[in-house]
Amino acid sequence: MQLLQNLINALQLGSFYALIALGYSMVYSILMLFNFAHGDIFMVGAYIGFGVATGLIALSKMGALAMPNWLILMLTVIFSMFLTSFVGMFVERVGYRPLRDAPRASAAITGLMIGIILETGNLILLGAEQLSFPSLVQTATYNLGGIYITNQKIMIVALSIGLAFALHQFIRRTKWGMAMRAMAFDYVVVPLMGVPLNKIAAMTFALGSALAAAAGIFYGIAYPVLDPYMGVLFGWKAFVAAILGGRGSVVGATLAGFLLGFIEIFVPMIFPSTIRNFIAYSIVLLILVFRPHGFFGEPYSARLRL
Amino acid sequence: MEASSEKLSNITRLSKISIRTFVSQVPLLGWLLGALIAVALEHFVGTPFARALGLPKALSLFGFLIILKKPFLIPSAVAYVLLIYILPIGIVARSSASIMNKLAGKLLDFPMLFSVIIHLGLLYAVVHWWSDMSLYRNDVARFMLIAVMVTLSLNIINGYMGEFSCSHPGFLALGAYSASVFTVLLFVDDRIFGLAWLPKAIGPLFFPIALIIGGLVAAVGALAVAIPSFRTRGDYLAIISLAFMFIVKSLIENLEAVGGPRGLSSQPNWASLPVVFMCAVLAVWIINNFVRSTFGKALNAVRDNEMAADAMTVNTRRTKMTAFMFGAFWAGVAGGLYAHVVRYVNPGDFDIKKLAEVLAMVYFGGLNSVYGAIVGACGISLLGEALRPLALYKWVIIPLLLILVMIYRPTGLIAFKEFDVKKLIQPKKVSP
Repeated sequence: MQLLQNLINALQLGSFYALIALGYSMVYSILMLFNFAHGDIFMVGAYIGFGVATGLIALSKMGALAMPNWLILMLTVIFSMFLTSFVGMFVERVGYRPLRDAPRASAAITGLMIGIILETGNLILLGAEQLSFPSLVQTATYNLGGIYITNQKIMIVALSIGLAFALHQFIRRTKWGMAMRAMAFDYVVVPLMGVPLNKIAAMTFALGSALAAAAGIFYGIAYPVLDPYMGVLFGWKAFVAAILGGRGSVVGATLAGFLLGFIEIFVPMIFPSTIRNFIAYSIVLLILVFRPHGFFGEPYSARLRL
Repeated sequence: MEASSEKLSNITRLSKISIRTFVSQVPLLGWLLGALIAVALEHFVGTPFARALGLPKALSLFGFLIILKKPFLIPSAVAYVLLIYILPIGIVARSSASIMNKLAGKLLDFPMLFSVIIHLGLLYAVVHWWSDMSLYRNDVARFMLIAVMVTLSLNIINGYMGEFSCSHPGFLALGAYSASVFTVLLFVDDRIFGLAWLPKAIGPLFFPIALIIGGLVAAVGALAVAIPSFRTRGDYLAIISLAFMFIVKSLIENLEAVGGPRGLSSQPNWASLPVVFMCAVLAVWIINNFVRSTFGKALNAVRDNEMAADAMTVNTRRTKMTAFMFGAFWAGVAGGLYAHVVRYVNPGDFDIKKLAEVLAMVYFGGLNSVYGAIVGACGISLLGEALRPLALYKWVIIPLLLILVMIYRPTGLIAFKEFDVKKLIQPKKVSP
């Protein structure tokens, strides 16, 4: 029973990691760079979601536009994903495009610094107190033979998997997705064939940020507290998941995100919960020692640009 | 009109040239003497002079703090800095240039070490007098010197070897904790370890041992990152080192024997300015020798092309392992010093924020260069102190500055520059 109950929790936590890890992984596959500001884009997405949701609820309460809660939720997700994608494009324009020919570590530093600016900017704008996300979903608990499942959790897990699947299909089936795959194959030669590198890179950042925003809103629904530093720990853990899945692999990042969720939930079942991080990172370290290129990544070769 | 503007541009050009020759003719000895005079001046007449200018007391950090706190004092602050620091340094350095050039030339007749020691003595005197004015300055100076050590040690791994290692806060934590455990266990009565085993009076003699133990523990910890680095590099190594950092933090948090998440306090007060200064000088000297040796060149070879380096008989495994352990050793020593300056450590000090700070120092100053490490460490820590009155905005300004540096100089301000002591201390040629 306990096991199954935790399974649901692990799926929920894993879906946050998976959605954020997808953003890291996609950017990596195109530019061979990790977007270290991504965790903070997740945070910004959650705050934008908060703003949109409160705005829509206020509108609805005033009677201007009477909307049912589910519609508000859908609109919040869509609007926030749309708005946050601009944040992602902005980060790409300011922090990554000027550094395309620079050493990769320099771009990592600009990403880190943009992350700090986003955190501090948020702190300056909204103050240090934690905001609580408005409850949009009427919580209903189902009892399935002793396991309690809330409709929130089902919705979060289903929507996350749906979004990951949609992204996968987008990359596999559409022309833009094909351009992304081509760029991932070689971003030096493919632009010579007429594929616009800057547009594709911006789109990749936008897609990743939109997914991060979705993760942010789901996070707000699941744990209704937002604070400016929430992206730091989540972001780094999702980064670990992205690496674990193999660089640039959408399927790998999703699976590794869920795996990380499972490790984090199931380790405290056996060991005291204070050593959760210790065990989780030791497992990561061991996996990388024995499989240095992640689950679905290509082995390290001399071809890789430094 | 045209003629006058031409004249003006002539004047600026001339003044530029004269400033350049003015600066280039003064040897390091002259600058140090000027700084010494300026600091002495401040020491003796600084406070009354500041009062006369309407300032509450002598400026604590070159006037940055007071300018940001009370903008209407800007003119007096500028006057103070000009009259106490810039003018004396400039005048003394310029007027003594020819004598100092001769002196520096004479000093080179002796073994070079002699000249170096005289320079270092002057530098120490400057730092000592400057930091003698207030406890705040003393702290700033000590933190700056420790930051220099940390930045240098990370520069070995990230700059000279070209990996992106995120494990430095972990090494710092290992060094800080092991050195603290050693000193607290042996020489201090406290609630975690009980009574002291040895009298406290002989403690300072053992302080170097504590630091070395801190360094060695960090170096052994570095094996956890170095061994996986044989098989992988780049992003995966970044993750391994990041995981290492989190593991160390989590381990210390769960180790009740050293205080767990509450941290470890009551370290003895042995990391005074001379001790920290000596450690920093030692670190600069040894690390500079290391990176200029064949080992350092092997590091560069591994960075530029591991396979080619291997083909050229560079033992890449041994090189990587040495670099990681050596860098971690100095980080551990710096951590030990840090613990004894703050006299309280807790695992929360060594997290992502510390990592961002150290990385900022390395990449701001410049990769693959000792000058860069010194400039980066001093620059970022001074900037951090100077912008303190701005509170939160500090964390917008410093990152923005760093982004600009990265965009316009992607490898940092002073990258790929050799630190040649002989060149630094020799007399400057006077152009005819």
